[in-house]
Amino acid sequence: MSEPQDRIENKSRRSFVGAAAVAGASAGVAALAPGLKLIEVAGAAPRAPGEPASSAVRWGMLIDTTKCASGCDACVKACATENGINETVKDPRQGSQWIRKIDLKDPKTGQEYSLPMLCQHCEHPPCVDVCPTGASMKRADGIVLVDRHICIGCRYCMMACPYKARSLVHMPLTEQNPLVPRGQGCVEACTFCVQRVDRGQQPACVEACPEKAMLFGNLNDPNSEIAQRVAKEKTTQVRADLKLNLGVRYQGI
Amino acid sequence: MAIMKQTLAALAAVLLLAPVLASAGTPKPDLKIENPGSCIAPVPEMRRNHMEMLKHTRDRTLRQGIRGEKASLNGCINCHASKTTGSVLGQGGFCQECHTYAAVKLDCWDCHQPKAGNHEAVGVKP
Amino acid sequence: MQSALTQRLRIPNFYWLAAIGAIISAAGTLAAFYMEHHGHQVTGMNNQVFWGLPHVFAIFLIVGASGVLNVASIGTVFGKKVYKPRGPLSGLLAITMLAAGLFVIMLDLGRADRLIVAMTHVNWTSVFGWNMVLYPVFFGLVGLYVWLLLDRKMYAYSKAAGTAAFIWRLVMTTGTGSIFGFVVARQAYNSAIIAPMFIIMSFAWGLAMFLIFQAAMYKWEGSQLDEEIRQRLNKLLGTFVAAVAYFVVVYHLTNLYYAKQTAFETFILVSGGIYPQLFWGGFVVVGTILPLLFVFVPALRSMASSSVLASIFTILGGLAFLYVFIIGGQAYPLEMFPGMEVKSSFFDGVVDPYVPSLPEFLLSIGGFGLFFLLSLIVVQILPFMPQDDMAQLRASGALQD
Repeated sequence: MSEPQDRIENKSRRSFVGAAAVAGASAGVAALAPGLKLIEVAGAAPRAPGEPASSAVRWGMLIDTTKCASGCDACVKACATENGINETVKDPRQGSQWIRKIDLKDPKTGQEYSLPMLCQHCEHPPCVDVCPTGASMKRADGIVLVDRHICIGCRYCMMACPYKARSLVHMPLTEQNPLVPRGQGCVEACTFCVQRVDRGQQPACVEACPEKAMLFGNLNDPNSEIAQRVAKEKTTQVRADLKLNLGVRYQGI
Repeated sequence: MAIMKQTLAALAAVLLLAPVLASAGTPKPDLKIENPGSCIAPVPEMRRNHMEMLKHTRDRTLRQGIRGEKASLNGCINCHASKTTGSVLGQGGFCQECHTYAAVKLDCWDCHQPKAGNHEAVGVKP
Repeated sequence: MQSALTQRLRIPNFYWLAAIGAIISAAGTLAAFYMEHHGHQVTGMNNQVFWGLPHVFAIFLIVGASGVLNVASIGTVFGKKVYKPRGPLSGLLAITMLAAGLFVIMLDLGRADRLIVAMTHVNWTSVFGWNMVLYPVFFGLVGLYVWLLLDRKMYAYSKAAGTAAFIWRLVMTTGTGSIFGFVVARQAYNSAIIAPMFIIMSFAWGLAMFLIFQAAMYKWEGSQLDEEIRQRLNKLLGTFVAAVAYFVVVYHLTNLYYAKQTAFETFILVSGGIYPQLFWGGFVVVGTILPLLFVFVPALRSMASSSVLASIFTILGGLAFLYVFIIGGQAYPLEMFPGMEVKSSFFDGVVDPYVPSLPEFLLSIGGFGLFFLLSLIVVQILPFMPQDDMAQLRASGALQD
């Protein structure tokens, strides 16, 4: 427990950085000193304390399935570690999966694809439309989240999601990551690692991908790499027929 | 009617006596402040308003994405966690001690981590 | 006003009957506490089939609650004299069935302790959110309506309240049906026909529940429901059951021909194991053909037990239909990549082998227990026993009306 104690002694910083400081000293420095290399990678500066998420930003992800290897689940593991998805489940069907690997095979051509499937962070999310309490919500910067403070666990959002991206926590939890609260009876899903994005970092899965098949950035910024590639290259939205305008795009399928 | 009156009288007696009995039988919470003098507001204000502070912060942080608020649950935990158990819960735990005494349900810990955070985010490049 | 439309009923063995109802409700409540304590891992539900047996029973009761009010509406709104003495009972059962259905669905929530949150935070784009308003208002309107029916001084106002309740119940069942009708993501749902289909189902299921409870009341009273009236109610049930069958046929045809959900329809109707079995055996044979036989075949319909049997079969068929509709609709994998073979670590492309667990079953049955208990208590205390003035009904020709 020595690290938190150090932080506590540094009073002014604790009160200033608040929650963001908990994650570790390196992150705190990054958040307070714009201009570091980390920030360039993320494509946008970390938000200053007290500043809300802006609708000028639309976070998105581009996944190149041609680089994604079938047996590899580095992104899934990184997500589980980062977000504290570490509980033991008797029935794997009852476990939470924020991101999962899907293998596809076209029976006509025999061609095979592999890709990670996660919350697609729709512009028009059906989960948000159907949530009876407003717990399912979309932040101004396009990240779709569950407000667990008012989630009643009705699972209507799971019914509405075309991507099976949401999970109900089926058991009491005790070993959460302090920055990623999650618990029994509430529905949850990929948050684009909102705790990292707000510090100017990338989602854990993106960073962990050994093939650099995942690209994260601001779709609204014409200078960002993701916006330029989405403009130039052919990308796919899964179930595009639903016209949900997804934040996650795929290449190569 | 008579039975109802008696029942009501008994109920009233229990309700009136309850605080007396509680003050006689239940010991006052024995709080250990691990880091005295470093709170974000004076003690009386914290006692009265900590729940409001946390509630407003939680909505701003989650729904609007505002980080770095003055009041934060992780801030409370990191300062108030017991140096022996590392937690704000358990026997003598900062949060639990008072909440048990006041008989106010603690809902936070269904989802939040009650131990002081030494979590290292995976894959963070220094 | 002529002679009283209803009388108080003294139920023999009331305490024994109440105890049975209380034990079943208590078992359901305890099961819910158990699920609440350990989380949904103690149920058969999982992250693919997340609405299970409790939802089948809860939706049956909620849908039926609006339909059971039909009997009162026919009397008040459409002026059929035979139905008037049954109005108060019909309203009462509507309230108790809705309460029982909400009991089941609320206790199955992941966070049942947050009922107050559900009532204070309403998202108006959500069909569930609308229902948070539709249900309480239904309680209020029907409660008012029953009072006006029972209070002789207020009886004159019952038509207005009855009309309001009638309109509201149509809206409410549209709301319940729309819970599924607006789900664009799934092959089984997302169809405009679901809301009207639920309305017609509510007619059949509600009337079936009514006929069973009414038959029990006549038995407790030691009297007999007039045969002409009994046959008339039977015929109404038969009409509703046939109408439900028609809507279900159209629903599946729509899926087959217009929506091109042929793979899903094959699953539900032919290859899906328990689901086609329940559909053909449960809904078609038990839930449709048998009630129709007991209502329309002369030799069968003249049996004293024909109403109760036809009603029981209708209810079983309704539950079977909902099981196929709700659970089959989730067990069938989501189609994200049309034409592709899919596999994953999260059971994509796999049919889910859902089997309900004991706590789920107890909670589900607890709904019926609570319905019985609440109705029994109120019927014992207040005058709900229908009184038919046969001489007057015959003289005025109301029996044929």
